[in-house]
Amino acid sequence: MNTSLILIIVTTALVNNVVLSQFLGICSFLGVSKQIKTSASLGGAVIFVMAISSAVANLLYTFLLEPLHLEYLETIVFILVIAALVQIVEMFLKKTSPAIYQALGIYLPLITTNCAVLGVAITNVQNGYGFIESVTAGIGTAVGYTIAIVLLAGIRERIDESSIPAPFRGAPVVLLSAALMAIAFMGFGSLSL
Amino acid sequence: MNQYWERIYNGIVKENPCIILMLGMCPTLAVTTSAMNGLGMGLSTLAVLVFSNMIISMMRNIIPDQVRLPAYIVIVATLVTIVDLSLQAYVPGLYKSLGIYIPLIVVNCIILGRAEAYANKVAPALAVFDGIGMGIGFTLALTAIGIVRELLGAGTVFGFELLPEAFEPIAIFVKAPGAFLVMAVLVAALNAAHISNAANKKVEGCDGCCSSCTKSCQEDGKEATEE
Repeated sequence: MNTSLILIIVTTALVNNVVLSQFLGICSFLGVSKQIKTSASLGGAVIFVMAISSAVANLLYTFLLEPLHLEYLETIVFILVIAALVQIVEMFLKKTSPAIYQALGIYLPLITTNCAVLGVAITNVQNGYGFIESVTAGIGTAVGYTIAIVLLAGIRERIDESSIPAPFRGAPVVLLSAALMAIAFMGFGSLSL
Repeated sequence: MNQYWERIYNGIVKENPCIILMLGMCPTLAVTTSAMNGLGMGLSTLAVLVFSNMIISMMRNIIPDQVRLPAYIVIVATLVTIVDLSLQAYVPGLYKSLGIYIPLIVVNCIILGRAEAYANKVAPALAVFDGIGMGIGFTLALTAIGIVRELLGAGTVFGFELLPEAFEPIAIFVKAPGAFLVMAVLVAALNAAHISNAANKKVEGCDGCCSSCTKSCQEDGKEATEE
């Protein structure tokens, strides 16, 4: 049981990295990766939300949708639950721990439309994961996202200093960096798990 | 009739959602491994976009302003579920290769973006034509990227062998890094041709694709920083 959970973490975080091989959450990956500090905070917020949303999505699917044979409603239910959840998390943090809210608050609205959160919920259902496995997969995916975005931010902080041919300035060089990172992450695919 | 054609021209050329507005990057990068997948994804999005624009435009006077985003999401999610089930029933092969990206049309920024920026302000007919224009623009862009990637990565286009045997396919183009490479070169080419697009005049804090939240997120961001 324990080894299979570790396997899920390694697979979701590194081998099937959510950004670099699944292309989910590209928007914030390219948009909010200018500084290591902000991208690390966003990563923290994503870990938080993804863990909770995977748990809630799993409970809803097992105890509501499956008994009622409403599996085909999963997309509608999940997206609404995630949107509501992010709002609740935001309000909860605002009330209980202003310090965390200060650090993560502005990123929470961004996460609602982050397709990675919905993607994980649906993938978990497709893989037939149970409760603990779902939460593990959620955390693993979010950790993978954080690794990717922090690495990219590190690269971008240095790119800013260097001279780049004019047409490649801005988005193209970021996309090229992402391509090289994706090539590096393909290496994890040959891990024998 | 003129303003309707203007909408279609606008969607395909002037404000091409994929190339000029840079919306919906996730499916753009993820499913363009072949021309066929790009076309399938484009047409699925087109269908959802046309109907969501139409329904949202028809209901624009009924939906209260405060709850408009959740209402739009429910409408879009319903349409996506219909498309998802139809693809599963009629084109199982395509359904399998598009996989998780079909349900994820819900969070495609183009759809909520058009609802928020256009459909909720105009009459249904105009909104439908806007959806058609944007949808075709998205489909063409996705198919074009798919053709480039499939040609370089597998030597075929729509499954037909085009390049001679002597050409060794560059397999990386159909894998994940190829998507980033092709997109990087495409944006660089636009920059070199001085075609202004979202990538070279970005909105701070909410750039990238998240247009669905352009408005709401800027407001939220402002609130959050003010408090």
